[in-house]
Amino acid sequence: MAITSIKNLKEFSTNNDRFEGAHTLCPGCAHSMIVRELMNCTDDNLVITTNTGCLEVSTAVYPFTSWDTSWMHIGFENAASAAGGAEAMYKARKKKGTLKDPDSPVKFVAFGGDGSTFDIGFQWLSGAFERGHDFTYICLDNENYANTGGQRSSATPIGATTSTAQAGTHSYGKKEKKKDIVAIMAAHGAPYVAQLAPNKWKSMAKGFQKALETEGPCFINTVSPCCTEWRFDPKDTINITDLATDSLMFPIYEIIDGHELNILYRPKNVISVEDYLGAQGRYKHLFKPEYRHVIDEIQKGVDEYWEMLQRREEARV
Amino acid sequence: MAEKFDLQEREVWDGNYAASQALRQARVDVVAAYPITPSTPIVENYGAYVANGYIDGEFVMVESEHAAMSACVGASAAGGRVSTATSSQGFALMVEVLYQASGMRLPIVLNVVNRALASPLNVRGDHSDMYLGRDSGWIQMGAFNSQEAYDLALCAFKIGENHSVRLPVMVHQDGFITSHTAQNVYPLSDEVAYNFVGDIDPVDDMLDFSRPVTYGAQTEEDWHFEHKAKQHKALMDARPVIDEVFEEFEKISGRKYKRVESYMMDDAEIAIVALGTTVETARVAATELREEGIKAGVVAIRVFRPFPLDQVRDALENVKSVAVLDRSAPGGAMGAFFNEVSAALYSTASRPLVTNYIYGLGGRDFAVSEAKRIFMEQKANADAGHITTDIQQFSGLRGPHLGFFQTKRS
Ligand SMILES: Cc1ncc(C[n+]2csc(CCOP(=O)(O)OP(=O)(O)O)c2C)c(N)n1
Ligand code: SF4
Repeated sequence: MAITSIKNLKEFSTNNDRFEGAHTLCPGCAHSMIVRELMNCTDDNLVITTNTGCLEVSTAVYPFTSWDTSWMHIGFENAASAAGGAEAMYKARKKKGTLKDPDSPVKFVAFGGDGSTFDIGFQWLSGAFERGHDFTYICLDNENYANTGGQRSSATPIGATTSTAQAGTHSYGKKEKKKDIVAIMAAHGAPYVAQLAPNKWKSMAKGFQKALETEGPCFINTVSPCCTEWRFDPKDTINITDLATDSLMFPIYEIIDGHELNILYRPKNVISVEDYLGAQGRYKHLFKPEYRHVIDEIQKGVDEYWEMLQRREEARV
Repeated sequence: MAEKFDLQEREVWDGNYAASQALRQARVDVVAAYPITPSTPIVENYGAYVANGYIDGEFVMVESEHAAMSACVGASAAGGRVSTATSSQGFALMVEVLYQASGMRLPIVLNVVNRALASPLNVRGDHSDMYLGRDSGWIQMGAFNSQEAYDLALCAFKIGENHSVRLPVMVHQDGFITSHTAQNVYPLSDEVAYNFVGDIDPVDDMLDFSRPVTYGAQTEEDWHFEHKAKQHKALMDARPVIDEVFEEFEKISGRKYKRVESYMMDDAEIAIVALGTTVETARVAATELREEGIKAGVVAIRVFRPFPLDQVRDALENVKSVAVLDRSAPGGAMGAFFNEVSAALYSTASRPLVTNYIYGLGGRDFAVSEAKRIFMEQKANADAGHITTDIQQFSGLRGPHLGFFQTKRS
């Protein structure tokens, strides 16, 4: 049964040990924090599928595995379909009575990076949501293809430099807006969609629990700061995440049944995006005078989005 | 409990319907599928059996063939019986996942209704899709008519799910020629069929939480080679298991299957080697030529993967001239099937002459007269003691003769 009350961080962080610390993710990588926060918020049996990416290549390198639960990696794009297939089999076997332990609860979860979720795997994700499989899809949004060395994805924000959208003498880096995956997934009519962050561990645990307990396909986008490609010191992962949530670059909110929007975190003091951008190497070039307008554009975009979220929350539509 | 489905002792079924009945009788738990001509009715029928209570299962209508095979992989790892069907472009879209399924040793059964690959777009049958899958680590078997599409689909579950095999299995049938032609089919009763296939006994069941499993781990140069070698060995070791399953099937049905099936080969001097419906055409041609005193025979490859090299060699080593028929565009080389048969014959003392015929692409009809003509060319070779034509020829093509690789005459 899922744990419903989480008392304190110490209890939470030691609750459940189904994801072993011995993996080869970079020190300071937020992917592992997020996986642990998921594992630690439930005692239910878990079937986890994972798209190709940093999480996958670092946690199941034969003959080792970090996963002390049922886990599968197939390809870069199809973890959602595999989770859907496993969930269909669960239903079929439950009806037929061929499950070993039919009474213990089972939850299906798929992980993808932003590359596999926003880009190549989007068709598979969308299809699985339309079909209504009972599973939770968690996107580890580090805003780039980290595993192949930091290329742009459609989650990369304006102004970031990546290996395939480089800042240079004639370019300030990525020019296109980040795809609004949360709105897109909510538009599928999914019963629960949220954007969460690992520093806000309580709201993250609650969001995960809601997703696991809600019948049908649930989607969670979580910011996952990548020290390697965002270029910050590995010890600063949570500090950077704090800047991300307090600057509202990553607002924390949920959308229920495709329309009911709730903001889950309101910073006491909203900081400027400059404070967030300035803490990372990937935005360093924006602080040259000729690219000042890009920072202004980012700030404008963040302000407008926050305004929109608040209005939607208020209007309950 | 599923509703009873009424079956006559003799039914008139096309190959698609026959394959779908095998899915029903094997009580497949999950079919995840996407439609493509000419294989679509197989999965539509499964969906209809579920909708009408003839089978307790889950029909998952996904958004593409890639997702279909991906869902089959997830479902199979979750410990139940899984199947789907496809053709041509759908098969091509599945290819990435075919390797993933076999690498994870998941006994999925895929009914492939063979069809040409675009471009140009064509819905009719040739073996381009079968050849595209030949290195994907799946067992591949060919059904030459509707009865066989039914029989082999049942055998496929029993072979793939065998604990010493644990591999996915494709059952091929020729698009439209088999899939849409109604023929007499003699089904087994539901009980006999299910007892033959048996309950699935999953090996690494993702829904057995007492023993967590990791599927699809990463390996680099330290282990990858070993895994692939073991997978290859598993395919090779499947050969006697396939034979045993065929023998068991003969006991309950009276129908005999072999990995390589020889027709009038005992004293044959010339032979056609083929796959699919062409085999029956070639057999008719051989029978007619026998009446004229020409010692013709046919070697049919029933199981294309694992390739029965030794059986092909044994069947052909005493003939003088062999025609190998490839129903796939060769893409700037000899036909793949020709290469494999030639490799089998290279180690024989007699080394029969081997010619490659590319035929029937995109559903072009292959008639008995054409088979006879090919036989007669083999006779000319046998009489001359060398190949008298181009080594590779396009047979049944419009316009002037198209042949490649002139023989060196001695
Ligand atoms: C079909 C296919 N195309 C490309 C790749 C190469 N590839 C592997 S991981 C990856 C990027 C992963 O990025 P993302 O999903 O954002 O995850 P991250 O590594 O950033 O966590 C790419 C391009 C692949 N494995 N499969
Ligand atoms: S490259 Fe980034 S996402 Fe990948 S393991 Fe390192 S920190 Fe994590």
